[in-house]
Amino acid sequence: MEAFTIMVLLAFLAIIAIGIIVLRDLLAGVVLLGLYSLVAAGAFVVMDAVDVAFTEAAVGSGISTILFLGALSFTKHEQKPRSHDSLTALFFVVVTGALLIYGTLDMPHYGSDLAPAQVHPDLAQHYLHKSDSEIGIPNVVTSVLASYRGYDTLGETVVVFTAGVAVLSLLGLRRRRPEEEAPEDAPGDLPTVPDDEAEHML
Amino acid sequence: MKLYPRQRHRVLQVVTKLIIPFVMLFALYVQFHGDYGPGGGFQAGVIFASAFILHGLIFGLQRTRTVLTPTILRVLMALGVLLYLFTGIASMFFGAEFLNYSVLLHDPIHGQHLGIFAVELGVGITVCAVIVSLFYSFASKR
Repeated sequence: MEAFTIMVLLAFLAIIAIGIIVLRDLLAGVVLLGLYSLVAAGAFVVMDAVDVAFTEAAVGSGISTILFLGALSFTKHEQKPRSHDSLTALFFVVVTGALLIYGTLDMPHYGSDLAPAQVHPDLAQHYLHKSDSEIGIPNVVTSVLASYRGYDTLGETVVVFTAGVAVLSLLGLRRRRPEEEAPEDAPGDLPTVPDDEAEHML
Repeated sequence: MKLYPRQRHRVLQVVTKLIIPFVMLFALYVQFHGDYGPGGGFQAGVIFASAFILHGLIFGLQRTRTVLTPTILRVLMALGVLLYLFTGIASMFFGAEFLNYSVLLHDPIHGQHLGIFAVELGVGITVCAVIVSLFYSFASKR
């Protein structure tokens, strides 16, 4: 049953991905990307990776959809029609995809208890058996993330910080001048008497 | 300051005002319950940031910026990473390796709890500040 659910969810992922490629409407593409992340989060829950699913749902279908929509507001909502279909590009994509699939053939099967990460005495064996006595918190994912592999998480936090600094230095957080402000009232509203806030801004 | 600035989105604004405290509370739950259930600093930071993003989408960026100014965001971004780093350096002060929290308190288990708490808080603060400032810089460019 579990394998069947995963297969159905993965099939949904493939269908959504094809939809994103086919659609010319970028807005619909962004919404489908959010849906893709949500279905992926569902697949992660079925695979018992709840923490990953949580992140995927929050970041993939929440924040990145908003950021994509923000980026879309700089540009048009319609993809430019391509003048020619490149056969060379198709060839390279197919070859790369075939190589990736060939690479997965050597990997241990999903959920295999003979996977190297499972049998290595310093990895899963150590974490699962010693976490309770060494760290003492029930969620082993957190104890691996924050304590056993704390150095990696520090690196990730620095990466997030660096990404923030990079975006700030490229786009900036410049405060717009008051006269550039969007009007408080939506177009079509009844004309309102300027309130105390408007006077305050002047 | 008018309570509900745009006449046309009255329903959205009222509902948003109701929802935002619960979003923030859930973020704090995810942050501090991460030791016991799914969640942790990263997810909590994203959820906490989404409360501000929701406010910015419904009430306009200008109002959100008066609540959480870009200067505060810049300070918070660095503060989270520094909190993480200083937790690691503190454990070096007590004579252990970098980021070995067992020595922070008398009992190694309690030390680990304290260290994980501080580290996750640092991650949460940085992630939240970075995501809100990403939203600010994208949304204010139009």
